Amino acid sequence: MSKDILIKDGHIVDPSQDIDYVGDILIADGKIKETRTQNSKPRAQNSGLETIDAGGMFVFPGLVDMHTHLREPGFEHKETIRTGTLAAVHGGFTSVCPMPNTSPVNDNPTVTAFIIKKSLDEGFCHVYPIGAITKGQRGEEIAEMGLMYEAGCVAFSDDGRPVMSSIIMRRALEYSKRFNVPVISHCEDLPLADGGVMNEGGLSAMLGLKGIPSAAEEVMVARDILLAELTGGRLHIAHVSTQGSVRLIRQAKERGIPVTAETCPHYFSITEDAVKGYNTNAKVNPPLRTQRDVEAVREGLKDGTIDVIATDHAPHHLDEKLLEFDKAPSGISGLETALGLSLNLVGSGTLSLKQLIGKMTIVPARILNVDRGTLKPGSDADLVIVDMGKEFRVDAKRFVSLGRNTPFEGMSLKGMPVVTIVKGKIHR
Amino acid sequence: MPKDLVGIKELSKRDIGQVLDTASSFKDVLRRDIKKVPALRGKTVVNLFFEPSTRTKTSFELAEKRLSTDVLNFSVPTSSVVKGESLFDTIKTIEAYGVDFIVIRHASSGVPHFIAENVNASVINAGDGTNEHPTQALLDAFSIIEKKGTLEGLNVAIVGDIAHSRVAKSNIYLLSKFNARIRLIGPPTLIPCMEDYGVEVFYDMDEGLRGADIVMMLRIQMERQGRSFFPSTQEYFKYWGLDMKRLGLARKDALVMHPGPMNRGIEISSQAADSPQSVILDQVTNGIAVRMAVMYLLTGGEKQ
Repeated sequence: MSKDILIKDGHIVDPSQDIDYVGDILIADGKIKETRTQNSKPRAQNSGLETIDAGGMFVFPGLVDMHTHLREPGFEHKETIRTGTLAAVHGGFTSVCPMPNTSPVNDNPTVTAFIIKKSLDEGFCHVYPIGAITKGQRGEEIAEMGLMYEAGCVAFSDDGRPVMSSIIMRRALEYSKRFNVPVISHCEDLPLADGGVMNEGGLSAMLGLKGIPSAAEEVMVARDILLAELTGGRLHIAHVSTQGSVRLIRQAKERGIPVTAETCPHYFSITEDAVKGYNTNAKVNPPLRTQRDVEAVREGLKDGTIDVIATDHAPHHLDEKLLEFDKAPSGISGLETALGLSLNLVGSGTLSLKQLIGKMTIVPARILNVDRGTLKPGSDADLVIVDMGKEFRVDAKRFVSLGRNTPFEGMSLKGMPVVTIVKGKIHR
Repeated sequence: MPKDLVGIKELSKRDIGQVLDTASSFKDVLRRDIKKVPALRGKTVVNLFFEPSTRTKTSFELAEKRLSTDVLNFSVPTSSVVKGESLFDTIKTIEAYGVDFIVIRHASSGVPHFIAENVNASVINAGDGTNEHPTQALLDAFSIIEKKGTLEGLNVAIVGDIAHSRVAKSNIYLLSKFNARIRLIGPPTLIPCMEDYGVEVFYDMDEGLRGADIVMMLRIQMERQGRSFFPSTQEYFKYWGLDMKRLGLARKDALVMHPGPMNRGIEISSQAADSPQSVILDQVTNGIAVRMAVMYLLTGGEKQ
């Protein structure tokens, strides 16, 4: 039984209720009891109350990451459910959605149940698994979506690999309608990507690294939009990285096609220049693109084309990144830098704070149909207290994630999560 | 000179000039009866070849022996790499042997940079992926200057699979530093995005060769076949092969170059390869002098 908590004098921003004021939050029995402005009269408080002074700080609903790799089962040297959820909590996230590319693949209810059980036993935050679209993520036949849904999966994706067959993608979008769950598409035309390792252009030519053209992402975005239109299935585009993808999704939304989209902090923060010097920590899939794409992604966030900011937290072991660029695996350890990088969008005037927090809380929660990302009375007390003035330097050695693979090493960020509360439990 | 020769990109014009001048002195040495100098006696060099190579490896080895270094050869089939050792562990082990130079060839771009960052020895790139082959570009420059006296203002046509050619890349970087006018000629599928280096691109070889001072042919790698970069070697030769008729479109005194090994009848006809304009064998000879110069300068030595 967790203690009752009073969070005093914080600047509360909760887009789900359109709250944006300085006030207090009262937590009882692990649930939000009340949110009130500073001037309203305090009610009688019980004596066992723990008070947290949030004066001068911001309070947001706990962040929801709809695109995470926890690596367990199978790759526990990269990350575990324990360390990954601890990294989440450090980064201000109270719910994460692990992708199914584990070993074994989460393509059946047994693996789903294992992840959920392990999360309840060892995890630090809520875990909502994402099941595979196809058996073994091989793209050949659809997996047991219904049984996985009943076991606790909230969406389906073959993330890390595309569903290359159009007929299988069509069937998945159709079949998923029975359960009203989104199908999350990793958009990459594999033959067109042709084994590339970075963005294709002048820089890839100069570094002698094989490029992946933007079109490899965009042809699949276009295909999946057409299939969503054909089937009426709920399509969610993962990790949007190019100007062309933003344009296609914008047009699809204008035409009323059921599509949502996410991007990740690295796609609006840095460009392919981070690869210079053959920095394997900047190797990620889809690859870091150009300044033009970064600006288009920001514009997409601003006009609502891109609904969600997700981390695509993809931790790898140090030894795996200490390799030839061609051989190193793709991925960035993102949970502990996502909030700071995203808050830059507020500083630059791209998004209001409320818009930003919406894209990291209630919007992904609604897409996934989970009761998270809100401070509404009666919901679980999941929230994060952020010191927006406090500057910190990204230091991978201090990550609690086992994945130290970040291209943001040494970067100065503002907006440090000071306290994260999950279901009334305080993590400092 | 910097500690390492990882690429032409990383060299200044002055560095390049110094290598070429020094190579000229070593070329004199190679004309002598006794072709060996004690310049690097007591130094140890390891030739670390992760890709098969006969010519480059032989050329380096000869250069090393002419400089009196102790030479170790380390090639993939006999090494611990096949036992699953990581590249990082391999190079740390080699460094622990106490070597002064690592000559590295590897199929992945950026490997020489990776090694240079992790060892104290001088690293010399003998070809990395599709990135660079700096000693080839230096020997090409040396060979051109030998005949033409300068690089400045020359029209240099580079023909073939530019996209996958580290030789072409290094040459482009070097020639652009010396204000040569570079023309890239080849099928559109094999021309990379190199606008930043002020190159001109020609898909039509006849057009591209007109008035060229230098015709630099590249090897067509057989593994590109069947991947739709071009439909057949017959068709390739018809549009991008160098024969005497095409060579006639270039300047009369144009030089024909090729880094070898040649595919006669695929990218170059025998008549063109063996014509008086060809400097292909001079390139081979000059390679030794240039590689001697590079090693000599990386020790920080003064010109003798």
